[in-house]
Amino acid sequence: MIRKMIFHFGRYMIWLRSILSKPEKFFMYYKETMRQMDDIGIGSLKIVLIISIFIGAVVAVQLSYQLGETLVPKWYVGYILRDMVIIDMAPTITCLVLAGKVGSNIAAEIGGMRQKEHIDAMEVMGVNTTSYLVLPKIIAGLFTTPLLVILAAGLGIGSGYLIAIIGGYFTAAEFLQGLTTYYDAYNVFIMIIKSLVYGYIFTSVSAYHGYFVKPGSIALGRAGTDAVVYSNILILVSDYIIATVMTG
Amino acid sequence: MIRAKKIYKSFGDLKILDGIDFTFEKRKTNLIIGQSGAGKTVLLKILVGLLEPSSGEVWYDQINCMGLNKKERRQLSMSVGMLFQGSALFDSMSVEENIRFPLDMFTNFTDGEKRLRIDYCLNRVELKGVNKKYPSELSGGMQKRVGIARAIVLKPKYLFCDEPNSGLDPKTAIVIDDLIKDITIEEDMTTVINTHDMNSVMEIGDNILLLNKGKMEWTGHKDEILASQNQYLSDFIFASPFLKQLKERAFQGI
Repeated sequence: MIRKMIFHFGRYMIWLRSILSKPEKFFMYYKETMRQMDDIGIGSLKIVLIISIFIGAVVAVQLSYQLGETLVPKWYVGYILRDMVIIDMAPTITCLVLAGKVGSNIAAEIGGMRQKEHIDAMEVMGVNTTSYLVLPKIIAGLFTTPLLVILAAGLGIGSGYLIAIIGGYFTAAEFLQGLTTYYDAYNVFIMIIKSLVYGYIFTSVSAYHGYFVKPGSIALGRAGTDAVVYSNILILVSDYIIATVMTG
Repeated sequence: MIRAKKIYKSFGDLKILDGIDFTFEKRKTNLIIGQSGAGKTVLLKILVGLLEPSSGEVWYDQINCMGLNKKERRQLSMSVGMLFQGSALFDSMSVEENIRFPLDMFTNFTDGEKRLRIDYCLNRVELKGVNKKYPSELSGGMQKRVGIARAIVLKPKYLFCDEPNSGLDPKTAIVIDDLIKDITIEEDMTTVINTHDMNSVMEIGDNILLLNKGKMEWTGHKDEILASQNQYLSDFIFASPFLKQLKERAFQGI
């Protein structure tokens, strides 16, 4: 188990180095990056929209329930909801879902190309396949994930507000007071850092699993599963590390 | 000309290639033949640079490929074209985009120049009106033709074909064979074909290398096959009872 982990880590690091070489043609890399941004960014809008609305709604309802019978002022719900969503819910939950949706897609796309000899065909042509196939995905992930997370945070807070008002858990004034109290822009900075790290993790780890897929449809399926599982584990581990380093 | 010098290749304890020493000649269709598991694909992958040999050298004319760094290797790759067994066409791209890909990646041609080159290559493989079609909309033979068009679009000096006839009917297979042979002469290329199609061997085998369990069993021209005393070659080429009978009749002059 440990040997296997060391093997994968070593191979991943060597593989990463080959990604960072000079592109054969900048325009082709630019075109591929734009395509990936569309795939990852626009293609994930719907799912991010749905989960962020429900995250905000559930947090608002549960906080109201937990704090309802206590002496804690009601505006605290808005304050706690804002920071929970910004610091952890929006980046972590959104990226765990993106790792499932985008990660499995990346692993299947690159893995399929490996199995159908598309990668060999490009290598024979002289294309640096690690760079051409992986770098645009990582760049697209680094650009689009923070934007999706910011959107998720906004929608999460907005939906929490709406649900709580409609459900009568607190007043709009109480919520707005909570939102504007103890605001610290540093929390938004933590959110952006987290989204960048997670975006990098799920794109590169998924591409790695696809790139080194073994022959056969079962192996391709396993590559997709491994991409999601390892991305999720690494996201959660780095969540803890970032939390410790930036807020500890 | 491509020269394989004392090529050895093992995967762990499993010996795949055992001292291959052979010259693939220019303007000739050089065939690597042998049973499944004889090491044909591994040798082809070593020649084309997709695998490293355990020991030995591969020379492309005056260039020793083993001494090249990654950048030089990629530079050399631009003079190499390859037709894969399953054609390896990018299925998210149309026929035209597939052929255009190497031009976009490696040349500074204008759009018009690229279009001219694409049209020339498609005409050369006798495909018309398929520019906008996707690989899944083409027959196996048409996919092979597109694969050839893509392989020659950068005017390579070396062409590699891995099982160009697999999955094709005998008539289409002959058309593909003839096409490869004609292009080899026209474009002044060194062509290496990996095949176990006996029709190809007898039709276009200018320079044949027969592998047996990773070793060189026999080398020669297609015309030398009938007269050869090599039992393994005879058993391999005339494997079916029908072909055996034909050979015996040929010797008896019937």
